Amino acid sequence: MDWVLFVTQMLNGLQLGVLLFLLASGLTLIFGIMDFVNLAHGSLYMIGAYFCGTFTDITDSFLYGIILAIPATAVVGVIVEIIIIRRLYSQNHLDHVLATFGLILCFDALVHFAWGPEGMAIPLPAILDGQIEILPDIVFPTFRLLIITTGLTLAIILYLVITRTRSGMLIRAGASNRTMIGALGIDIKTLFTLVFGAGAAMAGLAGMMISPITEASIGMGNDIIIVAFVVIIIGGIGSVKGAFIAAILVGFIDTMGRSFLDTFLKLLLSAESAETAAPALSAMLIYILMATILIFRPQGLFPPRGR
Amino acid sequence: MDKATRFTLSVKITFVILLILFFLPIYTGLTDNGFYLDLVNRLMILAIAAASLNLILGHGGMISFGHAAYLGIGAYCVGIPAYYGVDNGPLQIFLAVAASGIFALITGAICLRTKGVYFIMITMAFTQMVFFGFVSVEEYGGDDGLVIDTRSNFGSFINIEDNINLYYFILISLIICLFLIHKITRSRFGLVIEGSRSNEQRMRSIGFDTYRYRLICYVIAGCICGYAGALLGNFTNFISPEMMDWAASGELIFMVILGGTGSLLGPVFGAAAFVILEEWLSSLTLYWHFIFGALLIMVVLFARGGISGIVTYLGNRKQ
Repeated sequence: MDWVLFVTQMLNGLQLGVLLFLLASGLTLIFGIMDFVNLAHGSLYMIGAYFCGTFTDITDSFLYGIILAIPATAVVGVIVEIIIIRRLYSQNHLDHVLATFGLILCFDALVHFAWGPEGMAIPLPAILDGQIEILPDIVFPTFRLLIITTGLTLAIILYLVITRTRSGMLIRAGASNRTMIGALGIDIKTLFTLVFGAGAAMAGLAGMMISPITEASIGMGNDIIIVAFVVIIIGGIGSVKGAFIAAILVGFIDTMGRSFLDTFLKLLLSAESAETAAPALSAMLIYILMATILIFRPQGLFPPRGR
Repeated sequence: MDKATRFTLSVKITFVILLILFFLPIYTGLTDNGFYLDLVNRLMILAIAAASLNLILGHGGMISFGHAAYLGIGAYCVGIPAYYGVDNGPLQIFLAVAASGIFALITGAICLRTKGVYFIMITMAFTQMVFFGFVSVEEYGGDDGLVIDTRSNFGSFINIEDNINLYYFILISLIICLFLIHKITRSRFGLVIEGSRSNEQRMRSIGFDTYRYRLICYVIAGCICGYAGALLGNFTNFISPEMMDWAASGELIFMVILGGTGSLLGPVFGAAAFVILEEWLSSLTLYWHFIFGALLIMVVLFARGGISGIVTYLGNRKQ
């Protein structure tokens, strides 16, 4: 096996993993605290990317673009929460799924209306557009490296916020017993809105970071959101730690499967059948992983206590 | 108010609808307007799919967000044999129903171990798995889909290459499927399913193995939807993985909810309303998805009974 390719793909897997974590942590928090299923989380990922593109255009700087787009996406999240989502908390999961599915349609149409049907390419500044030699013989795009560091830093910050701060304590308390913290005089309504806004900001940031690579496009969130679901199912819905481990795991397995499964299958099958089986199998790999884990642990790897 | 009187309005409506459906080809034949025939064909196929979803969603309380997988599996079971020149109709239909049943059995066995949100997301993920599976198989068209050159061949029984014959074939299929689902929901089996939706623990303590009952129900719904998929493949002469995109599953749920989960005809009304709305709104504006999405949110927030709920309400008020 090619050593250089292997390490590069490991890093690519890590990069996918941290992106998935940014999406999944918001999803799992929103579910953990509010018992709310948000299919439209992927739409915030898309909105983040488009905001970033527009702000980069206006300010002529990718950095300012991101700095402006993060609060803008959070504001969109807060507005949606106040107008629609808030009314749904008391209803059942089917209603959540349907209403947020409706939201996706609305968001896709709005983006189509505001930015047109074509995708939006986002140029990178020259410093980020190059490659770095991280190990002898191994070069890796600077920007992807930045994504990995940003993602890991955010994961650490999130961990510290949740375990060390008062708002983190409220979040944990909310996840294990919502009614009780309400009874103790905590303003849960505001807490819910803030968590939803933070989740939106993280999803938006994930979109902003991927868009210089893939460009922003309509429906870009709709595929990755299912993978984010797979992540939180594997991790245990409501657990941020589970989301992190599962995100990295899924990122690795998906990337590695796509690059090395055919080599691996050739050891077992004829070259021709390996060529045909590998793409289909590698596309299905993470779902097979999910199914296997669920057979042994129907609640995921780290089910949160108290529910 | 007893049940019989409440029933009368929907029975009357059913009768009128059936009458219209039976004579529609004559009307479209006279006016030479194939468009409506196509619209109604699509509507009836989706109605079968929605009715099968209602069996697990409405009666069983199993919120599957992956029901479109069976539409795709059924359609590919027509398309792939046709690709190899096998156009034997009964064989294709058998394949479609059997493959859907097996897929439902395997995934259902895993999904039904979980509850609530897990169930919703897992059914969704499995469908996405099938979706990506077919996208990456280049042999059968991959992303671009597969054109079906010949429709299923039923020998001298019926020739569905002819559009009018296909129409009646689909109409009869719809009636048979609805009848079947009606029989299932009224049977002892159906009552156990209904019971395990409202209180699973109680059903279990009376001595029913609810897991097995639900799994069988899940498989039956998959088989019926697989059959609808085989019809869909025949009708469109084309299959693409897009048919089992998760948006397609969402649309099926929308139809069920729009029509109302409680009744037999609810999904049919829902499918009809969906297809007509889609056709009308998309002719109105390029951004029709927005209105559609907003409508969906409105239905969730304000109109929980769906169309059949409104019909029941009107039927009650008239008395």
